[in-house]
Amino acid sequence: MSDTKRTPLFDLHVELGGKMVPFAGYEMPVQYPLGIMNEHKHTRAKAGLFDVSHMGQVILKGESYNAAALAFEALMPVNVLGLKEGRQRYGLFTNEAGGIEDDLMFANRGDHIFVVVNAACKDADIARMTAALEPAISVTPVTDRALLALQGPAAETVLEAIAPGAAAMRFMDVATLEADGVELWVSRSGYTGEDGYEISVPTDQADAFARRLLAHDDVEAIGLGARDSLRLEGGMCLYGHDIDTTTTPVEGALGWAMQKVRKPGGERAGGFPGAEAIFAHLENGAPRLRVGLKPGGRAPMREGVELFAEAEGGAAIGKITSGGFGPTVGGPVAMGYVPAELAEAGTTLYGELRGKRQPVTVTPLPFVAANFKR
Amino acid sequence: MKFTEEHEWLLPEGDLIVVGITEHAAEQLGDVVFIELPEAGTEITKDEEIVVIESVKAASDILAPLDGEIVEVNEALADEPGKVNDDAQGAAWFFKMKPADPSQMDDYMEEAAYKDFIG
Repeated sequence: MSDTKRTPLFDLHVELGGKMVPFAGYEMPVQYPLGIMNEHKHTRAKAGLFDVSHMGQVILKGESYNAAALAFEALMPVNVLGLKEGRQRYGLFTNEAGGIEDDLMFANRGDHIFVVVNAACKDADIARMTAALEPAISVTPVTDRALLALQGPAAETVLEAIAPGAAAMRFMDVATLEADGVELWVSRSGYTGEDGYEISVPTDQADAFARRLLAHDDVEAIGLGARDSLRLEGGMCLYGHDIDTTTTPVEGALGWAMQKVRKPGGERAGGFPGAEAIFAHLENGAPRLRVGLKPGGRAPMREGVELFAEAEGGAAIGKITSGGFGPTVGGPVAMGYVPAELAEAGTTLYGELRGKRQPVTVTPLPFVAANFKR
Repeated sequence: MKFTEEHEWLLPEGDLIVVGITEHAAEQLGDVVFIELPEAGTEITKDEEIVVIESVKAASDILAPLDGEIVEVNEALADEPGKVNDDAQGAAWFFKMKPADPSQMDDYMEEAAYKDFIG
């Protein structure tokens, strides 16, 4: 554990009884005494506070937003230039084969782009952006800020009382708000399928700010365990599992993340790594697709479970990439890759669990409808 | 009641042994969401994997503590696996077995020794 890092909220996690585990190089709380099941349900019913300070925050700055945006588009099949000030969008770094190197959020914050990337990929992402963008565009990791997420139907009321202006934001808006003199960089987004916010707060204020949020009766601290079950029910990808360097955005069912202007026929079509491979999948269809999968029984089917077209015989046709128990669904839920011809909702497949094949049904994502303030 | 290093408890009931997992084990597992029990009548061999228990976190196997035959299983756990978190050492027993060699019980810990074992 000597090499693992701690977030500015480490002492708070320990004080709250968090069970600390190594995750992406950090000591993070997997759960608190409330337990994963109740933490999950609490977030959907009221509000959960998550420490996501292990994620990478990066500022890209050029002569103007447009200058930085055009340069950034060389790394992603995404319309960065067209993003309005005060808005945030989902993005994907691609590689030459059309695979995904990481997924991320980026925002137009006026004179710069604010980027949030996954913890496990952040060093590689910063190196990638630096190599591609510097010196014309500066790439600056933000190392003096923590990142918190406040998620759930009560998040709006809780944050508005502390940081006025939060309630007026819409889904995927970003704004700079103030909480008693502390500058917060806020986005109305998250990774749970619930309404909520991600809040970048100065490191030296993070503990006090988190305690202020937790002082509200509706707010509980939530660990990584419930974060995973919430995002799984929400149909959202976990990088390195549901999407990785071998899956194209089309295979990953993330075609919606690629705007028209970057696709064939668009004004700025192509010009990102792997455009040829990704366009081939767009035009001819991908051979396999990420789908939602609902196991028929009560037994969870987890990552790695092999999928078959028939109840007996035949070779595996796909694999589960994320799976577990969905507390809101009240049963097992999963995602995985299947051949395109078996990807239609309602298709019955079989997952092999401890040598026995159990039925699973291809199911539209998300499992739990999103509750965003659009 | 006796305890195994696999965190099972064994309670003699007439000539049968009732088997479950300890409160400590249930706490470590977290919220239990699925339990697959053997069928009554199954002959079991000590250390054979006979129960699958899935929590929100992970799947674990429970090993047969003794040689013998499964006589009865706690069917209620199929519908309410969460009982294990509420009453692991009571209502959430897993199965009752008829031991082939009751002296195998002697290998297991008394409660005080188990408490030392889990620290």
